[in-house]
Amino acid sequence: MSVPLRDAGGAGANGPVVDDEILEVRQLSVAYATDAGLVMAVDKVDLDLRRGEFLGVVGESGCGKSTLLFGIAQLLSPPARIVGGSVKFRGNEIAGLSDKELRPIRWREYSVVMQSAMNALNPVKTVAAQMRDVCKAHSNMSDREITERSQEVLRLVSIDPIHLNSYPHQLSGGMRQRAMIAMALLFTPDLVIMDEPTSALDVVAQRSLMVQIKELQQRFGFAVIFVTHDMSLISNFSDRLAVMYAGQIAELGKTRQLFESPLHPYTQGLLEAFPSIRGPRTHLLGIPGQPPDLAKPPPGCRFAPRCPQVMPKCLTIAPPMYEVQDDLVRCLLHDGSQTGSPVALNIPAPAHAGRLREDFPASSPAGPPDPISR
Amino acid sequence: MTDELLRTEGLTRHFRLGGLLGRHTLHAVDDVNLAIGRREIVALVGESGSGKSTIARLLAMVYKPTAGEIYFENRPLSSLSSRSDQLEYRGNVPMVFQDPYSSINPAYRVSHGLIRGMKLHRPDLDHQRRTEEAERVLNAVGLVPADVVLAKFPYEMSGGQRQRVGFAQALAYRPKLILADEPVSMLDVSIRIGLLNVMSDLREREGVSILYITHDIASARYVADRVVVMYAGYVVEQGPTEEVLQRPQHPYTQLLLSAVPDPKAPVAVSGSSDASEPPKVIDPGEGCRFRPRCPYAVDECAIATPRLRPMRSGHLAACHVAVPEVSFTTPLAPTTPAGEPAAPPPPAGAEAAW
Repeated sequence: MSVPLRDAGGAGANGPVVDDEILEVRQLSVAYATDAGLVMAVDKVDLDLRRGEFLGVVGESGCGKSTLLFGIAQLLSPPARIVGGSVKFRGNEIAGLSDKELRPIRWREYSVVMQSAMNALNPVKTVAAQMRDVCKAHSNMSDREITERSQEVLRLVSIDPIHLNSYPHQLSGGMRQRAMIAMALLFTPDLVIMDEPTSALDVVAQRSLMVQIKELQQRFGFAVIFVTHDMSLISNFSDRLAVMYAGQIAELGKTRQLFESPLHPYTQGLLEAFPSIRGPRTHLLGIPGQPPDLAKPPPGCRFAPRCPQVMPKCLTIAPPMYEVQDDLVRCLLHDGSQTGSPVALNIPAPAHAGRLREDFPASSPAGPPDPISR
Repeated sequence: MTDELLRTEGLTRHFRLGGLLGRHTLHAVDDVNLAIGRREIVALVGESGSGKSTIARLLAMVYKPTAGEIYFENRPLSSLSSRSDQLEYRGNVPMVFQDPYSSINPAYRVSHGLIRGMKLHRPDLDHQRRTEEAERVLNAVGLVPADVVLAKFPYEMSGGQRQRVGFAQALAYRPKLILADEPVSMLDVSIRIGLLNVMSDLREREGVSILYITHDIASARYVADRVVVMYAGYVVEQGPTEEVLQRPQHPYTQLLLSAVPDPKAPVAVSGSSDASEPPKVIDPGEGCRFRPRCPYAVDECAIATPRLRPMRSGHLAACHVAVPEVSFTTPLAPTTPAGEPAAPPPPAGAEAAW
């Protein structure tokens, strides 16, 4: 049975709240075939997205966040493939569909903005030609309609339509990235998936692009999945945040709450890894160590080798997702058995703490002892 | 500054574009006066294309200046004509590169890069001492156990560890100044702090100065004693870190600071987004290069290039509009063009203007 995630975060503040899910990811697993066998880059991820919601996905490089996106967008190419789970887009299963079957919904219903606009745009075609390609492939618009629509979407992202005749190299980095976003909006899709669209930009351009994305999202009400490694970047923009570590979601919750009282030690470490520009200058430690090799992940909690609050049981039990104060967290500190634990924080032992969510079963195939029974 | 290690006077580097007959000039660095003291970490901050890396290459003697001079321990670099002098300077001022995946030779073990550099720059050491020294520098950058790390190949190490090897290589020459060109920008957020801490440790324990080039002004604040902000080839503001960051005088510094994402700040998605063009650095002519983006620009900005002026002891800014050496409640005269709301006094509330 699937309990929909309650309260889609701050979505209500941003326009009409239509209480329906457009994306439902269940137990999605993506593996890369390597010489050493299958490497599970995305391991049984559950995710829901509502109409008009802005979901941030953060994590270190190699944590599987881009692979998750590609898995959702059905853009995986060998050696990566979906090995389990389902991706329901507006109620219809899209995992495993062929390119031909996907064609009617790609670009029209959901679109993807890639990380490096220089590589994602065709360097030998003008912006107009690339937009025309998309329109021709996915609609039967006339040339005039295409030109009008192209001009319109460029204006949306504050680019002078004169640049329709520009080649990508004639645009600055920020403009290229905005042109990519303009293309993604050609058909005003319900979902725009963004893979680190700002990572090649400097901080000023980054900020202005984020503001622009948020404005467009509020105006057109599409949902956004935004992948980034920079947690602070989306702190002011996303409704909910999923923190990924080693192929799994470590914590998922409302952005504000996650920043104010992070539950997972990894989230806490990530938040403490940013030097602040305004607060006091304090010595920071970051997170010592490095992420595990996904070809042979640790038997217990995947973060245990780097965790400052590691307990003996963390080394053997792979933690399931626990629900604590509306947040989901994959950490045994929150299994309800911890009284006076180091991160008891200000959680007044909610009645449901420790209740294992039915739709988030333990991820270890070894079958860990049921946390409830202890 | 009490004890000066390196300084530049009017350092300028132009690149001619378009081959032999090209008539366009790209002004990468213009008239930069920079000073780095002993045991000092100076951060050079600016957006991509502002000339930060060109300065690093000028200081590393990769490029020759178009005009101006660099003095290292009061000796002009142009006087270093013999190979041994140049070698000595390069040993004193090594560079750490941005990309740890391409700056270390993948075909050799870690020991190779360390020992080979020492053979060149410290010929007085014998084989035994070189190995000892290699282990010492690996320990200094936190790569332990050093004897195991020495035998590793780069592919066996993570990005953060490789970048530590980069610092160990620089350290092995017993440098006085390390030029670190975006050393952490390729690393994951959780790893970055560790490397910034290595830089602080090197200053404390080894007594080296570091020129830390970055576009991340928050990390500059974390490690640097002084900050130098560049825009389109010019230094627009420089001074002690806290002073520059808490009381930015130049509109560009204010823009830069307001753009830094701050998770602790309240959610505020303002309507204005700065969608402006990058600055013109090809045949730029006179005038302030930040002018087209500046909300405070006045007529004078188009006529004369602003020079660095003291805004307070040790804190310089190059802006016609910023008022020098007055109380900080009104650093910018509200001389905005009619129609625009009067500029609020930027310190602390600098974001409001953007």
